[in-house]
Amino acid sequence: MNYRSKNAELITKTKNRNRFKENVYGYLFIGPWLICFIVFMAIPFVTSFVLSFTDYNMLSEPKFIGLNNYIELFTKDKLFWQALSVTFRFVFLSVPLRLLFALAIALLLNRQSKLVPLYRCVYYLPSILGGSVAVSVMWKYCFSKTGVVNIFLNSIGIPSDISWISNKDTALWSIILLFVWQFGSSMLIFLAGLKQIPKNYYEAATVDGAGVFRQFFNITLPLLTPIILFNTVMQIIGGFMVFTQAMIITDGGPVNKTLVYVLYLYQQSFKYYKMGYGSAMAWVLLLIVGFFTALIFKSSNTWVFYENESKKPRTKKLKKVVS
Amino acid sequence: MNKKVSPINMLLFHLLVISISFVMIYPLIWMFFSSFKDSALVLTTIEQLFPSEWKLNNYYNGWSGFGGTSFEVFFKNSFIVTTLSVIGNVLVSSMAAYGFSRIKFKGRNVLFVCMLITMMLPAQVLIIPQYIIFSKLDWVNTFLPLVVPEWGGRAFFIFLIIQFMAGIPSELDEAAKIDGCDRIKLYTRIMLPLIRPALVTCAVFAFYWKWDDFMGSLLYLNTPEKYTVSIALKLFADPTSVSDYGALFAMCILSLLPVIILFLVLQKYIVEGIATSGLKG
Repeated sequence: MNYRSKNAELITKTKNRNRFKENVYGYLFIGPWLICFIVFMAIPFVTSFVLSFTDYNMLSEPKFIGLNNYIELFTKDKLFWQALSVTFRFVFLSVPLRLLFALAIALLLNRQSKLVPLYRCVYYLPSILGGSVAVSVMWKYCFSKTGVVNIFLNSIGIPSDISWISNKDTALWSIILLFVWQFGSSMLIFLAGLKQIPKNYYEAATVDGAGVFRQFFNITLPLLTPIILFNTVMQIIGGFMVFTQAMIITDGGPVNKTLVYVLYLYQQSFKYYKMGYGSAMAWVLLLIVGFFTALIFKSSNTWVFYENESKKPRTKKLKKVVS
Repeated sequence: MNKKVSPINMLLFHLLVISISFVMIYPLIWMFFSSFKDSALVLTTIEQLFPSEWKLNNYYNGWSGFGGTSFEVFFKNSFIVTTLSVIGNVLVSSMAAYGFSRIKFKGRNVLFVCMLITMMLPAQVLIIPQYIIFSKLDWVNTFLPLVVPEWGGRAFFIFLIIQFMAGIPSELDEAAKIDGCDRIKLYTRIMLPLIRPALVTCAVFAFYWKWDDFMGSLLYLNTPEKYTVSIALKLFADPTSVSDYGALFAMCILSLLPVIILFLVLQKYIVEGIATSGLKG
């Protein structure tokens, strides 16, 4: 009896010691990440929220001014509305175009050929180069009045002699095209998704007499929707953050037609040192991005198809084609 | 699909794919050949792709830089910042990933969720307070603001490595434990060699993102001796100062070279990394 209880005590003791050891090791391993997370993310996150209610220029102490920054943004600042509308146009034109291109090229490359890995690399190349200053500089000269783009258009019979980057109707398009040009990483994700669709679905569909288009709309597209969801969310977040390209290619001009949100935020915060105002802008951006992300996730149960669920109407359609 | 594809169909496929990729890549090809043209001819002979005379002048002229600082300094700075960032990122991310995936410690789930949230958090929300912190520390115009935060790893990398670790059987850990391995040895001797492919993927992306990083350099570096390549190129390309387009394009090409070389050498890791984790490039 005594022996047994002693034994139990010993077991709980070692267990406790082990648990303690696990905690120590756990925090040892995540320690560096945790410290940086607290210092460079958690604290700045809270600070940014607090600063957004102040007037602060780095020289004098921050002055609490309540909601004034937000009121000024929404009621007085015309450039804020301009920046918002430019950014919305940019995001909602460039993200769908990029995804469409990515999907189209992925479908094209989803076949067996020795050259496909090479093509895949070539199409992916712009994605890794696109964020660099060098490519933005290149883009600027390609879309200038005597640039490669105009020469290409003229050579295929479309007369064009405008400077794309300084014309107020086309300037934003030159940046949108640069964004679409980097469709490579989305394409690779789509390709990986296409590879996972079981081949017998298509075989069964062919036996049933479903054509290429029906196969695409009833098998390929529904099974790709989780990947489309993921891609859309990531690209929208990325789209709202566009900065380098707009700064180097057009620097917001002509007449603020390419003044994207982050560029305006940068100007307010680091050109005029209105740190409180900039923080308020950052929080508005965070709320907008959060809103769209939530909206897309919320809407996803009406259009995203998960294979192991069986109640969705799309599944029935799929079964009809498959069985 | 096992169907036999007709040769005409195949030929059309290749023609289509090649012509699209040619249009896409053409600007890069154009910039490459322009950098060997006579500088005065760069913007006047755009119709002509190949230089009539191959010249290396642009590379000499560009390399001398501006404001008395040559591109040698800018490239050196970029390499220092990038290398230090990559080492820190890979080391800390893999450690954190190991902690999250193999050790059951208190508060693990909460912290894991925190980490996932940072993946979606726009960095722009943090730049102002970060700038204030770094200027209070008197770190402005040093490499520290660009390097130190990278020693906290990145959520994307941690996530990628965790996913990779999930594929390594935990029996291996237990066997090693019985053989007398403690956690640290387990991580350095057993885990690290096994997750090497994931580490390479992380290192490559850490390299790209840091090499291309423009905003960080723009905010924190303000004397030419400290400039990285990206900010130097931006100033080199300033419309008020640039007249030597040949030199500008030559330096652009040089700045892309490390990225392209790394891509060609390690493209297997890059493609797999994106396909399995959805990393953005």
